[in-house]
Amino acid sequence: MNELLVTCTGLTKYYGQKPALTGVNLELGRGRIVGLLGPNGSGKTTLIKILCGLLQPTDGAILIDGQPAGPYTKSVISYLPDRMYFADWMKATDLFDLFADFYADFDRARAMSMCASLGVTPSDRLKSMSKGTKEKVQLVLVMARKAQLYLLDEPIAGVDPAARDFILNTILTNYNEDGTVLISTHLISDIEKVLDEAIFLKDGQIVLHDTADNIRERENKSVDALFREVFRAQNMEGGAF
Amino acid sequence: MEWRFTDDRPIWQQLTDQLTLSILKGEYPPGGRLPPVRELAAQAGVNPNTMQRALAQLEQDGLAVANRTTGRTVTEDIQVIEAAAKERAKAAVAACLRILSELGYTPSDALVFLKEELNHE
Repeated sequence: MNELLVTCTGLTKYYGQKPALTGVNLELGRGRIVGLLGPNGSGKTTLIKILCGLLQPTDGAILIDGQPAGPYTKSVISYLPDRMYFADWMKATDLFDLFADFYADFDRARAMSMCASLGVTPSDRLKSMSKGTKEKVQLVLVMARKAQLYLLDEPIAGVDPAARDFILNTILTNYNEDGTVLISTHLISDIEKVLDEAIFLKDGQIVLHDTADNIRERENKSVDALFREVFRAQNMEGGAF
Repeated sequence: MEWRFTDDRPIWQQLTDQLTLSILKGEYPPGGRLPPVRELAAQAGVNPNTMQRALAQLEQDGLAVANRTTGRTVTEDIQVIEAAAKERAKAAVAACLRILSELGYTPSDALVFLKEELNHE
């Protein structure tokens, strides 16, 4: 087992002429919960998609557990996309079958018990579920795997504040202790107290990567407050309003 | 126990504070067992690593003792607990005096206020 779980060097991604990531260097250890924070269009989803092998970087390299993206890395990464990709006639139990077929580390019993504690009826069709309930089903699928790297793209955006705490607790109590969880969001105050580390992404570059404790100690303010400061300055420089 | 956090300090320090208070109040009695890290972390809704760090600080302060087989317990040394309680009390008085001095009152005014308050009760 490799000491570093994720290594990115000089990661760059262009969509046509438009840069999404420019020269991202990143190292992530194991057993951490990391917040990937940035405003809309800062490159969060692009970075996550490259990590899970859905996108090819224009330049630079990534290693997951010492391996380049491929079948091995896909088997150790559990990915929650930013949008739903399942057919709506399916039931949650159908999805459990699908995941059990695809992933050797999927724990069906755990998925069922997570459904019970999140108040989801697994025999319901996705069609009949609310947006928040569908998100919960997706989260159950992702967290019921015993993966090394969990990539969660906006996992709490669509659910109410009470359910948010519950979902964060589900993440906290279900992630594998050698595994690392990377959560992208702009709802920072909601996830701040569960974070070990925070990464600030701005215009496709990492402007800050530090532990949440260090940030609070050095700045005497919360990660949320620092985020608002860093990204407000950007608007004033532009002066386009 | 209800957990509350403010924005200006690292979470682990606030956890240490609140756990210390629970020990001083006797909610976790001397020699009593503390819940495991994961359970405390889930209760407080924080990362287990953060809770671990808070508990390590309790050990360093001498209020908690790690045992190999039975997990973590509160110290049996009453003197350590009493000393910590006294320190808390002094800090509370100092904070109170600071507020009064901001309002323009002297320490001797503070004594008068304190006596008045005690007579009321």
